[in-house]
Amino acid sequence: MTDFFKSVFAVLAARGLQAVIVAIIVGIVSFAMMHALPGDAAYRIAAGRYGYDMMDAAAAEAVRLELGLDNPWMVQLWDWLGQLAQFDLGNSLVYGTPVVDEIATQLGYSLLLAGGAVVASLIIALPIGIATGLAPNGLLDRVTLGLSVFLRAVPAFALGIVLVLIFAVQLKLFPVAGFRGLENLILPSFTLGIGLAAVSNRVVRDAVVDAMNSDWQMFARTKGLSARLTLTRHVLRNASLPVVTYVGVQLAYLIEGVVIVETVFAWPGIGHALVHAIFGRDIAMVQGTALTLGLLYVALNLCVDLACRGIDPRERV
Amino acid sequence: MERANTLSATIMPPSPAKRRPAQMLGYAMMAGLAIAALGGPALIGADPAKQSLLATLQSPSIAHPLGTDHLGRDMAARLLSGAQLSLSLAFLSVITAGLPGAILGVLAAWFGGWTDRILGAFADAVLALPGLLLVLMLAAISPGSWWALYAGISLTLWVEYFRYTRQRARISLAEPSVEASRMLGLGPWLLVRRHVIPEIGPGLLTIAAFGAATAVTSVAALGFVSVGIRPPTAEWGVMMTELLPYWREAPFLILQPVACLVITVLALHLSVGGLRRL
Repeated sequence: MTDFFKSVFAVLAARGLQAVIVAIIVGIVSFAMMHALPGDAAYRIAAGRYGYDMMDAAAAEAVRLELGLDNPWMVQLWDWLGQLAQFDLGNSLVYGTPVVDEIATQLGYSLLLAGGAVVASLIIALPIGIATGLAPNGLLDRVTLGLSVFLRAVPAFALGIVLVLIFAVQLKLFPVAGFRGLENLILPSFTLGIGLAAVSNRVVRDAVVDAMNSDWQMFARTKGLSARLTLTRHVLRNASLPVVTYVGVQLAYLIEGVVIVETVFAWPGIGHALVHAIFGRDIAMVQGTALTLGLLYVALNLCVDLACRGIDPRERV
Repeated sequence: MERANTLSATIMPPSPAKRRPAQMLGYAMMAGLAIAALGGPALIGADPAKQSLLATLQSPSIAHPLGTDHLGRDMAARLLSGAQLSLSLAFLSVITAGLPGAILGVLAAWFGGWTDRILGAFADAVLALPGLLLVLMLAAISPGSWWALYAGISLTLWVEYFRYTRQRARISLAEPSVEASRMLGLGPWLLVRRHVIPEIGPGLLTIAAFGAATAVTSVAALGFVSVGIRPPTAEWGVMMTELLPYWREAPFLILQPVACLVITVLALHLSVGGLRRL
């Protein structure tokens, strides 16, 4: 048991370090964005505070002194990261509201979409993977292989456009964009889910083929266990480990997909907000949303690590 | 029982002969794309920027083989111009990510110790964020700039080459044959050339093809969300955003850049045996 806790602690430490690195990278890039903006930051902030008509050079100088904008950039970067370390994300430069409040509402939508995408990918990948794994190199297997290769080459946002054109515009089955109810969730979830399933159905298939080929499967059959019971009790359980491990590999695709697909469907989540903030030069929002997405990535990875240790005792050593 | 027996015969990886048609198709598509990218709009003698507001959203005709967009610009010329932009950026990013990545990988494997640790930490830092998110952030430092996009993509992709090269080079440098060559007094350059490069070459090609596909996709994705290349430059992602409002009048127009993007990525995947790395 102590070994188990030791390995869990190692996972926590590694992912904690990753979270710190994410925060530092996001902080440095946002700081660079701030400094790449044309014009004098002190004037811009003073104008934002007092209004464009009410400010003058003296006000700008006061702001410069107050915020330390005349310090060398190394000192400014240190202060910037210091604020980040205190979870002070500041206010949105466009909306004027605290960034944390904006993110709190958006995060729920993004998690909903990510969850929907994973569920959609499992709905597609599990039946196909099991069916092809039980009859490898059959007709279905070869057709799904070709389809998987093709769908893997289709970027998520291009797939989204095509799905919108077919299912929302031509067939009018689902709403095109926005969020009014759960019917809005279906198209974006399947857009991401199909991309995930294009690879994961092959992982399921290979896992099932391996399990069906194993000695213990043969033993279960020879001792008289029916084919159905062997499948449900032994094969699928053993095949689930590579599948869960693979979800971890797909997390990067999922987070990237959320950013772009939310924009296609005008989904009110964090990815959409990040893209909007970059377009509107709202640096506080860029920093907040990018940091949240990065930390979400770390947190989901941590969940997968721990799940793998939970399923497979061999990982605990 | 009988199922297990048939399986053991079928679980073998497909023979190279079976994979060849797909790979040949990939090569053919790559050759077509290379011609399109090298020739660009000059191939059909049309100007991708020339507007004609009296001939907008036209169906394909002899004058405009793929029709015209919402400003009456020739679609074929714009797609070719987009191919030029995406593929040249992808090709350059393969070089600027692949060479440093592979060289640093060999150095990390050769010296080990602190060199290895520092380079590894740097690679881990890049991998801490999902790739596209990092490209998006780096490109956002200076939106609309080709250079920011290019630098962001290269900086994100070198890690793949580095990690692969480091791992394979460590294995091949530990082999008895290398030790024997070393005791014969052969220099490091010769060892790397004779023992490491033949070992990592094919794998690097695969990484390069997938990296190029990632680069093309990233350029289009960022263009699509209005963070990458800016209009009026003809770029596939930008064209999708521009043509999306006209899906009702001319659905065939929006599908053209989508098809170009899919064909390019598919060609890159197939040419290195995309079936294998699924």
